[in-house]
Amino acid sequence: MIELIDVTKRYPGGHVTLANVNLHIQLGEMVFITGRSGAGKSTLLKLIGSIEKPTSGHIKISDKDISRLPRTAVPYFRLNIGMIFQDHKLLYDRSVLDNVLLPLHLREIHGAEATRRARAALEKVGLADRERSRPITLSGGEQQRLCIARAIVGRPRLILADEPTANLDDDYAHEIMNILQALNEGGDTILIATHDQDLIARYGKRCLVLADGALS
Amino acid sequence: MILGAHTQHHLDSLVTAWQRLRAQPLASAFSILVIGIALSLPTGLYLLISNLDRASSSLSEHTEMTVFLKPKIETAAALGLAEALRNEPGIRKLRFVSREDALLELQRSGLDDVLTSLSSNPLPHALVIEPTQVHPEQIRRLGQQLRQRPEVDTIASAEAWAHRLAALLDFGVGLTWMLGTVLALSLAAITGNTIRLQIYARRDEIEISRLIGATDRFIRRPFLYFGALQGLLGGLAALILSGLAILWLNQSVAELASTYGSSFRLAHLDAPISLLLLACGALLGLAGAWLSVAYTLRDFD
Repeated sequence: MIELIDVTKRYPGGHVTLANVNLHIQLGEMVFITGRSGAGKSTLLKLIGSIEKPTSGHIKISDKDISRLPRTAVPYFRLNIGMIFQDHKLLYDRSVLDNVLLPLHLREIHGAEATRRARAALEKVGLADRERSRPITLSGGEQQRLCIARAIVGRPRLILADEPTANLDDDYAHEIMNILQALNEGGDTILIATHDQDLIARYGKRCLVLADGALS
Repeated sequence: MILGAHTQHHLDSLVTAWQRLRAQPLASAFSILVIGIALSLPTGLYLLISNLDRASSSLSEHTEMTVFLKPKIETAAALGLAEALRNEPGIRKLRFVSREDALLELQRSGLDDVLTSLSSNPLPHALVIEPTQVHPEQIRRLGQQLRQRPEVDTIASAEAWAHRLAALLDFGVGLTWMLGTVLALSLAAITGNTIRLQIYARRDEIEISRLIGATDRFIRRPFLYFGALQGLLGGLAALILSGLAILWLNQSVAELASTYGSSFRLAHLDAPISLLLLACGALLGLAGAWLSVAYTLRDFD
């Protein structure tokens, strides 16, 4: 279970992005987080992914308080999470396969086992035939699918997706959502930050709305 | 062969470091050359000193010490001393030169006119000694021992020369250490700067890797291998440069040595010292990389 208790995030300069947010998400849930631009959707995912620290409050994942993790423990925590970024954050000087191999190398999985798992992840997102390509040669939708493959290859049980369908046309967006839904049906907990109301309506999952730093 | 995951990552890091070196051949070659030149200076000085030491030993093989006895020492006493010293350790050959023989030698050398004007033979008996030990320090010690004999007046020998050479060699050793330390720091600084530039060039990659769970150790490792590899190749460059210098200088040394009837040639670094040079290069590169990565990665936090 993911639990946020009175979480506030204030940036230097005094701007409050999240104010006393309380939230419970059950394991295996698929939840949309929506709100206008700047409402704090990405900040909420960054806090759960321990990319940023809350100014106050606690964030618990499976009863473990991750809001005060020491710096050296953060990478090990992040290995348990799959992150999908709006801007993909791919390594453009590496091949598609190398991008997917990276999280496995971080988990000290190498060689044939790593290649087998990376290919399986690429197969899952429909990029098996592009493993030798450079990410720059892929379309926007393919790059997002590659980002998903990288997120799931380590078999995390929690996936955080920040605007995974932004800048994609309907067909591509649908493809991405189908992949995420399939992962959720496989038991993964998935949090999706999006401002696309049609997408939220289409999938009929729980939706949390952020406005002025508060959840409604 | 199945390697452990940890070993495999070290291997991957080494391969990555090698690929990064090869990716910018010109920049890498310049950095390696600069490191090589920096290392070749103390290496060259070390070679100079070790060869001087060797040369002094080799020259000492033909070095004689002339022990002048006090003028009042009679022939019998002088011969007795010569006999006593002949069996002393540290003396390979001893030749007694009586004051008469010495005068004859002087006369033969063209000083006949001067010598005939003297009323008596002013020359003392002398012992010409060839030491067994040829090192300047050992020659100095033998001189000290001989000087303690009551019959001995003065010693004209390689002792003063050996003294000066020993002092010069000591100075050289000190200079080598000083130069070595300064240039070792410069090597670490060169590597550190290269690594710093590399880290900034790979900023995106580092940030993305961190986002998905890379530890500092994971990020640091290829840079450390890069530093060590660059230092190692710099050491190799220093070895080659000093080898070429020896090869070039040996032509002149051969000519000079032949005028002394010697076949002396400058020797290159032996295998253990060559390995030490390579290890020093690698370790200094590693140290420079370590410092640079530690400081630069902090900027990314």
